[in-house]
Amino acid sequence: MSSAQIEIQLIASLVAVACAIPGVFLVLRKMALISDAISHSILPGLVIGFFITHDLNSPLLILMGALSGILTVVLVEYIQKTKLVKEDTAIGLVFPALFSIGVLLIAKNANDIHLDVDAVLLGELAFAPFDRLLINGIDIGPKSLWLIGTILLITLSLLIAFFKELKVSTFDPGLATALGFSPIVIHYGLMSVASITTVGAFDAVGAILVVALMIAPAATAYLLTNDLKKMLIYAVLFGMFSAISGYWLAHYLDASISGSMITMLGFVFFLVYLFAPNSGLIAVLYRNRQQQKEVQLLTFLLHLNNHKEKRERHINHLNEHINWHKVKAKSIVELADKNNLIFIDNNIISLTEKGKTFTEKAIDYIITNDDSEIESMKKDFFLFRG
Amino acid sequence: MDLQEYLKLVFSDYTLRTITIGTAILGAICGMLGSFAVLRKQSLLGDAISHASLPGIAIAFLITGTKDTNVLLIGALISGLIGAFWIRSIVKNTHLKTDTALGLILSIFFGFGMLLLTFIQKQPNANQSGLDKFLFGQAATLLIEDVWFMAIVTAICLAVLLLFWKEFKLLLFDVDYAKTLGFNIKFIDALITSFIVLAIVLGLQTVGVVLMSAMLLAPAAAARQWTNSLSTMVVLAAIFGSVAGVVGTGISASQANLSTGPVIVLVAAVFVVFSFIFSPSRGLLFSQIRFLKNRRDLQLHKTLSFMFDLVKTHEDKSHPHAIKILNNFQGYTKGTLKKLEEKKYIKLSGRMWSMTEEGYQFAGNLYNQNIEK
Repeated sequence: MSSAQIEIQLIASLVAVACAIPGVFLVLRKMALISDAISHSILPGLVIGFFITHDLNSPLLILMGALSGILTVVLVEYIQKTKLVKEDTAIGLVFPALFSIGVLLIAKNANDIHLDVDAVLLGELAFAPFDRLLINGIDIGPKSLWLIGTILLITLSLLIAFFKELKVSTFDPGLATALGFSPIVIHYGLMSVASITTVGAFDAVGAILVVALMIAPAATAYLLTNDLKKMLIYAVLFGMFSAISGYWLAHYLDASISGSMITMLGFVFFLVYLFAPNSGLIAVLYRNRQQQKEVQLLTFLLHLNNHKEKRERHINHLNEHINWHKVKAKSIVELADKNNLIFIDNNIISLTEKGKTFTEKAIDYIITNDDSEIESMKKDFFLFRG
Repeated sequence: MDLQEYLKLVFSDYTLRTITIGTAILGAICGMLGSFAVLRKQSLLGDAISHASLPGIAIAFLITGTKDTNVLLIGALISGLIGAFWIRSIVKNTHLKTDTALGLILSIFFGFGMLLLTFIQKQPNANQSGLDKFLFGQAATLLIEDVWFMAIVTAICLAVLLLFWKEFKLLLFDVDYAKTLGFNIKFIDALITSFIVLAIVLGLQTVGVVLMSAMLLAPAAAARQWTNSLSTMVVLAAIFGSVAGVVGTGISASQANLSTGPVIVLVAAVFVVFSFIFSPSRGLLFSQIRFLKNRRDLQLHKTLSFMFDLVKTHEDKSHPHAIKILNNFQGYTKGTLKKLEEKKYIKLSGRMWSMTEEGYQFAGNLYNQNIEK
């Protein structure tokens, strides 16, 4: 590994961490799409900043970019307050307009700027190590590393200083107001951090990747935990993992580094989305199926309980009466049999003692609708689950 | 080239005519379907889907190796649909909210698309130039076949829209009722989502991935301000959309270095701002005027009811009182007294005022809700 490669991976990881932290709060506050809006609408700010200073590395650019990011938030909230359109429409109207202004400003003055639109969308991480920060002629590392490092440091210290406030105002704005700190201040603070991070990161990784780095790690972490601290840690880890593995994917495919990083983020999200223990797709579908089976079993047992006459309890009769297909009926009967809830004598099904107690308890449960009872009941009676 | 020349050219110049008709049709279909997106609070679905269509374009190129627009657009359609239905599945099966799902799919698909595009660019058989026109769109590449294709798709959409009009309307405004009536909600829902994806894919070539969502939203949001009826809104949005398309094309053609997509978006944004301010029933201007008028009326009525309280203790209702008495009451000015006189509620003579019979009647009923004004 050359030193340039190490530097690229370092920058990518720092960017990922700096984005993941505000991202967690954006996702929790249901404002994920604000990051999309900000990432587009910083463009006119950057371009105007460039017109003033004619220097792509001027801090004024970051300031102007962050300001136009905050302007987006203010505009969106203003439009929303007029009640003429809903919030999402407000977002969808503001940022394309600002982005268009930025694109046109670049297009009209494109000849003397090397700020081209592709670079805005994609960034070019591969070039980051070539742009070095020199102090008194001594090379102390790539500029983007210092820039994003500073932003990350600020974000981290703000996070530690205001963790409690952030937590309360995210989950209970009413309580936050009652405790005496304004959710509005926290809101704009968070928005400012998001804007500055976006501007700082987009130079290296482009506007779209910033959105991915903010939302994807947070969303992935949210599928795995409900604990805020754990969610932050997971998000940071997912971000760093995707940054580094994304770099090597890009290296191998000879493709865009930022594109590969997002692809890795997407891949990780997809895996967690499928296999997360509680909220993953497979777990959810399995649980749904099992609940369905439990309900069916209960219906079946109640039917047996209700009918003393043999005609109603004949095995073939079940198909028509409860209207189940043969396969389904068979599997339910087997399940009940395995659990010793029924016995079959000459194709006539009857409840065992255990089955009777279970059914009676189930009826009790249905009448009282006491949620705590059902779980212990399942434990007591089910040996085999479907 | 100024606008007049442009208009002349539209009728004589083949390319310009093609582009103008193309953007007009695009604006119409976007406005039409965008209305549904806006009313269903799915405004940002358009943004997500347009980004999600990018990997489809790249994969279609990787598989077929052609740059035939229709093939690429089919790729875009497929990946857009996958994106749209994945978003729905995330929202349905996990506790992630809609905005997170939208942002997630948007950025991940787009990033994957960019990975593929840069991968294609590095391939030796460099037939790929022009793929990135889908990012920002290039109206200039529209061919007459493309325009025909767009027209046919628009016609089909329109026909289906008319056919299922009642169902769509029900779905928009009362899903539960539609369910109880036995409509197949899932089917109608999937139908409208697919149409929105289709409209987006059609616009990719002209306006591009990044700005497509505005094309979908802006005409609809503008149209919403002028009417409360769905059919009027859809028609208005279609008109706004096509006018924005034509005017935007005109402006960008009349100057060098102005790409069509952003100009169309900005023209549409101007429509939105205009509608937000000047629409008679919802607009900011008129509601401000109504607000001020109400406040003025309130002041007037307060003064009048204060006078009424004074007068009702007297035998002679038209007995003159000194204006000075009113000094105890903060709400009156010379202007309000004049207004009251104009309305013939009081008479002024010198420094005295007296209440008329009409004014007495009116003031007596002022806070009585049962009486019509």
